[in-house]
Amino acid sequence: MANQILARATVSGGVTTVQALVKHPMDSGFVKDKAGKIIPPHYIEVIEFALNGKVVLTGFWGPAVSRNPYSKFMFKGGKSGDTISIAWVDNLGKKAGTEVKIA
Amino acid sequence: MTSNMIAREPAIGRRTLLKVGSAGAAALLFAPIIARAASDMGGALSPDASIYPKKAFAQTSESAALKIMYGADATASDKIQLDAPDIAENGAVVPVTVSTDMPNVTSISLLALDNPYTMAASYKLTADAIPNIASRLKLAKTTKVVAIVEAGGKLYSTSKPVKVTLGGCG
Repeated sequence: MANQILARATVSGGVTTVQALVKHPMDSGFVKDKAGKIIPPHYIEVIEFALNGKVVLTGFWGPAVSRNPYSKFMFKGGKSGDTISIAWVDNLGKKAGTEVKIA
Repeated sequence: MTSNMIAREPAIGRRTLLKVGSAGAAALLFAPIIARAASDMGGALSPDASIYPKKAFAQTSESAALKIMYGADATASDKIQLDAPDIAENGAVVPVTVSTDMPNVTSISLLALDNPYTMAASYKLTADAIPNIASRLKLAKTTKVVAIVEAGGKLYSTSKPVKVTLGGCG
């Protein structure tokens, strides 16, 4: 559960495309379990994407982002072998991150 | 209570912690414990939770959310492409892509007007980021999805109705 981010980054024509699949329940706090008890909210609040340690995109997510969120974005720059780091913090203060080289 | 969980998953061994997270609702009560076990596992980045615009995400109308997030209202624009399905069979996973050719885009937000909270996701773009972002949202019911683009200090929006056949609050 913890610390699972599947990420892929490719560069083409000077533009890097990053795809990330983050494993997280993203519980909204509106759903009840089988016993009728509300499942408390548990979702990622901030996720950062960085190239060689420099943040290029910051995402703020609410409970309306799907479970095990997928995101894809692009940025100018980056070359094969550069490091993309991805890290998040959720509403419970839990953090996780990963690094992937641009293919 | 720990023994409860073990009873549910007899052959657990050292994978207990990993499985707890997906074991369902009861396990979520233990989330703070899991959180402690899993902290400090990230790489070089360490996002700061205090930059999260919590208030903007707690609003129930578009204008209230935008006011807090950007301090302004958005004007409609045809320069934003908002790709979302006409009909979403499963509201829990609705792929939404926002892109635009506008220069100097500093922020992109996604709103679902009929969700319990309007603001769904918001992205802060640096100068190198290209305004083309795909994510997946939960839609509680049939709703208008609104994409907000902040470019050159101004707010633009476009929207698309998405019919949801199975609500996705979960």
